[in-house]
Amino acid sequence: MTRTRVLLAVGLLLSLLVAGVASHYASSAPDGLEKVAADKGFDETARDHDLAGSPFADYQTDGVGDRRLSGGLAGITGVALTGALACGLFLVLRRRRPPAPGRDEALSPASPVPSPTPASPASPTSPTSPTSPTSPTSPTSPTSPGGG
Amino acid sequence: MHVPDGFIDLPVSIGAAVIAAGAVAVSLRGARRELDERSAPLAGLVAVFVFAAQLMNFPVAGGTSGHLLGAVLAAVLVGPWTGALCVTVVLLVQGLVFADGGITAIGVNVTDMAVIGLAAGYLVFLALRAVLPSTRAGVVVAAAGGAFASVPAAAGGFVACYALGGTSSVPVGTVFAAMVSVHLLIGIGEALITAFTISSVIAVRPDLVHGAAGLRRPETLAVRPGGTAGTGPVTPEVPDDLRDPAGAPPTQDLAAGSRSAPWSAEESR
Repeated sequence: MTRTRVLLAVGLLLSLLVAGVASHYASSAPDGLEKVAADKGFDETARDHDLAGSPFADYQTDGVGDRRLSGGLAGITGVALTGALACGLFLVLRRRRPPAPGRDEALSPASPVPSPTPASPASPTSPTSPTSPTSPTSPTSPTSPGGG
Repeated sequence: MHVPDGFIDLPVSIGAAVIAAGAVAVSLRGARRELDERSAPLAGLVAVFVFAAQLMNFPVAGGTSGHLLGAVLAAVLVGPWTGALCVTVVLLVQGLVFADGGITAIGVNVTDMAVIGLAAGYLVFLALRAVLPSTRAGVVVAAAGGAFASVPAAAGGFVACYALGGTSSVPVGTVFAAMVSVHLLIGIGEALITAFTISSVIAVRPDLVHGAAGLRRPETLAVRPGGTAGTGPVTPEVPDDLRDPAGAPPTQDLAAGSRSAPWSAEESR
């Protein structure tokens, strides 16, 4: 597990360095499509981007004069946005381990069948105190925690 | 090769967007099978790495630059369905935040790179995996070959869109020859970056590399010495602490009188 963490940390650090620092030294020559379009004469059919005035358009940060800093900030912003979107998506999609260890252990470790107590949505009790199994007013505590 | 608005007319752009949306829907289903507790964070990192690497344009011949596509890299690391989603997320962020790749052209870009480029490159990867020895080096070489193929394939996807709905009068053949030739060169860079990255990950955690799954099959299928002698059918439901020290299942007492039990004949000798 620790090696996985190291791999993730090194990968993230490398991505931040590439996006935030090294990208300043990337080639500014036109890319393959731009070059072909210019050489063959269909580049003028390209329209300006609808979001050309957005704060990070063309990987530069609006209002930051220094191009190195401006591009670095844009790159790091992109890493953060991409990471947030992708991690959110993949955490939602991932298979969860069937037994869900640790989740229900404290409540019913030995019971093979989860108690089918129906949740009472009208219950206004706020679960601020730690779950007490003797409390007669909260029969729905196993189903109450959210976050899934 | 992020296509700007205007190169492809609106009907073909919409058609490509429909294809892209369908591919994303299928990928969302497929990715559920590929992603688990361990691979989900890696998949997020793959998307981040592809975004960062796409900022690093490298020069190729003739005043042209190229950058990593990352489709085969992502597919080999975390699986083709998840990989397609990684590239799609990157393309969406680029188009909607950084004005790289047009808004109306998002469908064209996703179809070219995340669908056509990835599918073609991953099929080449699978074909090479089948031919090459099932070693770490074999996986790296197969990934490099797939990565190389993915770039001209994605360029071919653009040319197909251009042939159907290009707004310019430049002949399709001219565009095809120019696009494929320059992207063959960029594909070399793609292959090198992919090979380096895959070999780095595979050196540390080969078990996390989706495309290297077959490599550890001999270990997982190895029979533990003495594990099956006299125990009959494996009963995984029985916890270890309920088995007796000899390793026999707890039903041995009952089975001892039954001649039909497969182990009783051996033990009675």
